Amino acid sequence: MSGPQSPIRLKVNDQSCNVTVPPMKRLLDVLREDLHLTGTKEGCGEGECGSCSVRMNGELVNSCLIPVLQADGASIETVEGLERHGVLHPLQQAFLHCGGAQCGICTPGMLMAAKHLLEHNPHPGLAEIREGLAGNLCRCTGFMRIFASVLSAAANSETTHAR
Amino acid sequence: MNSPAKTRIVGTSVPRKEGLDKLRGAARYIDDIQRDGMWHGATVRSTVPRALIRSIGFDPRIDWRDFIVVFAADIPGENRIQMIVADQPCLANGQVNHCDEAILLVAHPDKHKVREAVNAVHVEYEPLPPVFTIEESEKQQTIVWGADNCFKSFLLEKGDVDSAWTHAAHIVEGEYRTGAQEHLYIENNGVIAEFCENDGLTVWGSLQCPFYVHKSLLAVFNLPPEKVRVIQTETGGAFGGKEDYPSVIASHAALLAMKCGHPVKLIYDRIEDLAATTKRHPSRVRHRTALDASGKLLAMEIQIDTDGGAYSTLSSTVLSRATLHSPGPYVCPNVRVRSHTWATNTVPYGAFRGFGAPQTIFAIERHMDEIAAVLKLDPLELRRRNFIHQGETTATEQLMREPVILDKLLDRALAESDYHARRSRFAKENPVSTIKRGLGIAAFYHGSGFTGSGERNLNSLAGVDVTADGNVRVLVSSTEFGQGTNTVLAQVAAETLRLDYEDVVMAPPDTGIVPNSGPTVASRTAMVIGRLIERASMQLIETLRKEAGLPEDFSRGEFFAACDELRASTGEVVSLCRYDAPPRIYWDDQKYRGEAYPAYAWSVQVAQVAVDTITYSAEVEEFWSVQEAGRVIHPVLAAGQIEGGIAQGIGYALYEKVLLQNGRMANNQMTNYIMPTAEDVPPIHVFWEELPFQHGGFGAKGIGELPHDGPAPAILNAVKDATGVSFNTIPLLPEDLFAKLHASHPIEEPAIV
Repeated sequence: MSGPQSPIRLKVNDQSCNVTVPPMKRLLDVLREDLHLTGTKEGCGEGECGSCSVRMNGELVNSCLIPVLQADGASIETVEGLERHGVLHPLQQAFLHCGGAQCGICTPGMLMAAKHLLEHNPHPGLAEIREGLAGNLCRCTGFMRIFASVLSAAANSETTHAR
Repeated sequence: MNSPAKTRIVGTSVPRKEGLDKLRGAARYIDDIQRDGMWHGATVRSTVPRALIRSIGFDPRIDWRDFIVVFAADIPGENRIQMIVADQPCLANGQVNHCDEAILLVAHPDKHKVREAVNAVHVEYEPLPPVFTIEESEKQQTIVWGADNCFKSFLLEKGDVDSAWTHAAHIVEGEYRTGAQEHLYIENNGVIAEFCENDGLTVWGSLQCPFYVHKSLLAVFNLPPEKVRVIQTETGGAFGGKEDYPSVIASHAALLAMKCGHPVKLIYDRIEDLAATTKRHPSRVRHRTALDASGKLLAMEIQIDTDGGAYSTLSSTVLSRATLHSPGPYVCPNVRVRSHTWATNTVPYGAFRGFGAPQTIFAIERHMDEIAAVLKLDPLELRRRNFIHQGETTATEQLMREPVILDKLLDRALAESDYHARRSRFAKENPVSTIKRGLGIAAFYHGSGFTGSGERNLNSLAGVDVTADGNVRVLVSSTEFGQGTNTVLAQVAAETLRLDYEDVVMAPPDTGIVPNSGPTVASRTAMVIGRLIERASMQLIETLRKEAGLPEDFSRGEFFAACDELRASTGEVVSLCRYDAPPRIYWDDQKYRGEAYPAYAWSVQVAQVAVDTITYSAEVEEFWSVQEAGRVIHPVLAAGQIEGGIAQGIGYALYEKVLLQNGRMANNQMTNYIMPTAEDVPPIHVFWEELPFQHGGFGAKGIGELPHDGPAPAILNAVKDATGVSFNTIPLLPEDLFAKLHASHPIEEPAIV
């Protein structure tokens, strides 16, 4: 993409990242191309599949629909930020053990949507999980094991808190 | 009856091999990979369904000196992408036969500029009359392929169908239709190609079958096998959609790379992938069935016609599997199946999970319910009276040597779904509700592995080796695309070698490293390749015992010490095995008779559907699936296959419609091609009956495709149960329900208060 460039300040997974890019460049492309965070995937480019889901200032967004100018100054969370100090996030653990990931291409977006759901509703019921993940398409699993993963992660974080 | 052998690793749900990388966002899919100096490619495609190319113009506002353009004339070898018949050009040469056919290729260092360039190429056409449907094609008034528009036909005959009609108590006829279906893998097709004089061509890509792509590239580039290398990258779903198409996109990227002297990345966006790549074959199946007074099948006459699209690709083999699955899991003394696959001016239809079977199983399983209605017999009872058993023969006169437990599968499905109690409840509730509920079932088999002599012809080679740094590697070209190849084959090797699961890794899926274990298709990997890995592992133990003094009972340490000793004396520790057909496998390709498949997986599914007579929506509320697919190697992965296949089957039945306008997909976006979401899938209950198959890896048979075969007929049978109206075409959308239900039972608008 040619044309004028704008300086953009981002905080990505708690790290400050300054880039100078075309202001209308998609947040998805800035993450993948400029910051080399390729965990966030493109599935449709029109906000339908949710593969590019990231959190921006605590909101779940499709990064393919966000011109980076709109993210200037924002705090962004991507799949790469889930693991902390070599310890998997409870959702990553649960997806691994419950079979929540098959081909894996929807998984980063699915994890971010699930994290968003659990932050707002730490103990969701099945209907709430279905609604919370309805914007993220998975073609492999039929969603059953994704639901089981989210339920398991919610249960595990409860036991962690209890300790 | 065989019972599963005691195992440590097989039969347990170990973490999937590449799972951690996928969950960390660290797995490298093709679009995550950059090469130094890489350019970006794009494809100029036809905008008309059938035409001669008159001229190609390049907009002078673009400085074309910055671009590389590849025409058909640049192809160093044959301008052909050959799956079976050499009819599909790599790039159109003077004529196009479908919309979105590739005409020329462009590349540029900037991926945005290359998109602009595609729009600045203007192709002028001289239109030719196109053909869009099976009906137009079979009329043969406009010939668009070969002499008669027919890619392939089969005739399967058992007994004497013609003399059965006169003494039949009942004759039931029906016609059933299925639409195209898009794979909708979430990762689009994509490759990177690189060429240099010394090493030749290297292609990385999202694909199922590295050696299919390898073979295609040899022909297009006229290169010797050692100058072409194909490497599968992490693949974000495939479902058959990355069986044949990667040969096309890989050839295109490689042509650009060769001409521009840089690595070239060619990735489709969703719109291009949906418009230009293969889909499931649309079908029309006609049944004429004779039964005696007790409801026993006397004769089945089946006519199958599929739409193959503009080029033959895999249509003949898809038709073969459609033919062999069309009579259903029943015994019938007289069967005739005539099948044809026809050319039309649409994007070629290709491999898709089930490979022809979902089409003809939809027809037979819907038809069985129609027969039951005519005979005033319970659909369950009609099926029971005709189920095939051990010792009986199929339509190809294949003797069922292994146990067939359809009655048990049906009993279990009825019990788990509480079928009879639910039906009584719906019978009470439906008359007083605008929501009509029903239950439907489907019983079916899926042949594991290649059809007929296919596995013998593939002659797959696979094995294990042990590297100097102590890695046991599985050597296969069988690929992982979500279904669990890596995990299952590592389990088999670790179990047989008496090692830990963590000791075994997969060798890179690189044609320069691994042997050709055949394509990753046809529900063959766990059964056929699993068995090869099991044999190769046993062979390695034998070698270590003979050559390196490995004791009869050995520890992990003794195993690796023996490997070191063998390596010191022979230079390597490797064990390969070639496919060995199970005994008494005989297949006659001419008469279509004999052992159609080395083994069958069996299933009975139950769907509960609610039809809303106000909104005319049909919703699957709950789904049960019982199957016998040999030994279950990994319970979590296996259930994941069943659940995913059922969800895709629900989409096939109720949501997914490929809308063609002038031969071009009009709804080529995720916005308007609708697949089931997290809110649409019902609870899916999965149950197994395990009967180990002695010629499969640790007793496994195929499971990948099986679950997609049953949902569509089970769901439409449930719609009939709920509404009393038969629907014989999928997808079944609200407008279709409205048209027929409104005509048969006009519903009064609720009064507005």
